[in-house]
Amino acid sequence: MTASTQVTASREEVAAIPRGKAATGPGRRRGSRLEHNPWTPWVFLAPYLVLFGVFVVLPALLGLWISLHSWDYTLPLKPFVGLENYISLFTPDSINYTDFWASMRATAIFTIFSVPLLLAIPLAVALMMNQKFPGRNFFRAVYFAPYVLGVAVIGVLWRYLLDSNIGLVNYYLGLIGLPDDTAWTTSTPAAWVALIGVTVWWTLGFNAVIYLAALQDIPGELYEAARVDGANAWQQFWNVTIPGLRPILMFVTLITLIASANMFGQSYLMTQGGPSRETRTAIYQITETGLRNFQMGDAAAMSYVLTLFLMVLSVVVFWLFRERKA
Amino acid sequence: MVTTTEDDVTSRAGTTKGSNSRRPVRTTARIVVLALLALIFISPLIFMIVTSFKTRAGATEIPPGWIPNPFTTQAYESIFSANGTPVLRWFANSMIAAVANSAIVVLTASLAAYPLARMSFRGKNIVFGAIIATLLIPPVILIIPNYLVVGSIGWLNTLLAIIVPTAASAFGVFFMRQFFLSLPIELEEAAVLDGTNRFQIFTKIVLPLAKPAMATLALLAFLTNWNDFLWPVYVLFSPEVQSLPAGLSTLQTANAVRYDLLMAGAVIASIPVLLIFVFLQRFIIEGVSRSGVKG
Repeated sequence: MTASTQVTASREEVAAIPRGKAATGPGRRRGSRLEHNPWTPWVFLAPYLVLFGVFVVLPALLGLWISLHSWDYTLPLKPFVGLENYISLFTPDSINYTDFWASMRATAIFTIFSVPLLLAIPLAVALMMNQKFPGRNFFRAVYFAPYVLGVAVIGVLWRYLLDSNIGLVNYYLGLIGLPDDTAWTTSTPAAWVALIGVTVWWTLGFNAVIYLAALQDIPGELYEAARVDGANAWQQFWNVTIPGLRPILMFVTLITLIASANMFGQSYLMTQGGPSRETRTAIYQITETGLRNFQMGDAAAMSYVLTLFLMVLSVVVFWLFRERKA
Repeated sequence: MVTTTEDDVTSRAGTTKGSNSRRPVRTTARIVVLALLALIFISPLIFMIVTSFKTRAGATEIPPGWIPNPFTTQAYESIFSANGTPVLRWFANSMIAAVANSAIVVLTASLAAYPLARMSFRGKNIVFGAIIATLLIPPVILIIPNYLVVGSIGWLNTLLAIIVPTAASAFGVFFMRQFFLSLPIELEEAAVLDGTNRFQIFTKIVLPLAKPAMATLALLAFLTNWNDFLWPVYVLFSPEVQSLPAGLSTLQTANAVRYDLLMAGAVIASIPVLLIFVFLQRFIIEGVSRSGVKG
């Protein structure tokens, strides 16, 4: 066998490994061998399905129903209005139009800048850690540590560190000769840099840990085969590492995308949506509309529009990461 | 590894002489980069703890000091005693909610995952498909209607509002199912031949084997509930029923410039999760990485 066919075969092998693992769990095929009463599985499932029905399925349908009504929580009458709530979101002179699309824009800005950073930087960190060296587990723990703190802690903490007058960030920026008076939480684009930077700091470790586990599943022989074939580090990265990570890259892209599009706490705590609502994200706008002003019909319609956007994006991600025949 | 270059190919037969001499240098460079990054990662947390032991004036001094001078616990004393900011009460609320939520998640998810992993029955694919589908729908569409559901049960402004609804964990079912599938089925088959029923098999054979997975799921559920922010902010209104994260945000609104108090509150909110992380990080990190690899 020539070296080149060997490497080609190996690449397919890489692509096949995680797929095979996901598709055939050890027990699935054999599960039917054990006998049971027809109602036994439902007894096991009952407690979960009660919760699932009441707090997931019912709300998902109820939300659609609410969105078809002029549903003010504080008023006794909630008249049916058909698609009016949706139509008003797409009518430029309606009350909700400007605020809603401004918040969608804020979510889009945040997502467009944070997702690529949260895909690339954790991968770089994971690649650096994908080798045995002293203190490796310590580093992994340190990078993961911010993630175990909730958004409330990191929001309050960074609001302090980013204070334009007494904050640590501006102080140290000044020490190295950079501007020391940036209004990180009250002016754009600085607020975006702050929100995205803090989010990267907060969740980098989560993605890195997932990448690292996946990197360790790529068989070493594949790298060896690539080296035999004369592949340099860069070629090994593109021809062995990336194909081997493909399913995980899709998984990480999806969860990062959904998390970024649902950003709320950072903005709520660090910028209060400001300056002048510029960093008020879609979720922030939906909860303020529905749960502060109690215009639940409008808010429900907004949440379905946001969801539709997210579903389209998810399909695009699936399509981008689809298996391509070599 | 990825950084190895072409030189290795030529010297592969003789234990890579060329790369051996370079490797210590590379490893050192790698550790230096990683250590600098680690410093960036950890210093904000250290500064949070340091500030919580400063005076009100000390928290806003320039240049910022890394050693509290004077050292004081007055920030803690004042948030423990202040009216309207019952931090200890919030701590207890969050602890009760997170423990209860995590118990319900582990119990219901383990029970539901078992038949999905080990039994064949009509409707199984529909049930499993529906549960998995909710992993992909963004939680935002549930917020508004769930407020109404919780309201009509009479749970608004009670801890039950932050304990029960989020316990319907699709991730938990998926996670436990993957674990059950990884167990050898022979033990269960032997028990069936002995005439043991499925509930006894589940409690006597499967659950004891599933302890590590259940512990991991319990920890992840605890962390998620402890840190949950958006939902408690909107469904809990009175100061005495707040969770700690929601309370922390009201503390920020009420004391915008009292950074000593805010950092003390943030430290209190961080203590349980940081302790869990320091002592049980293996479970957490493995749980997270497993969620990806087998997802």
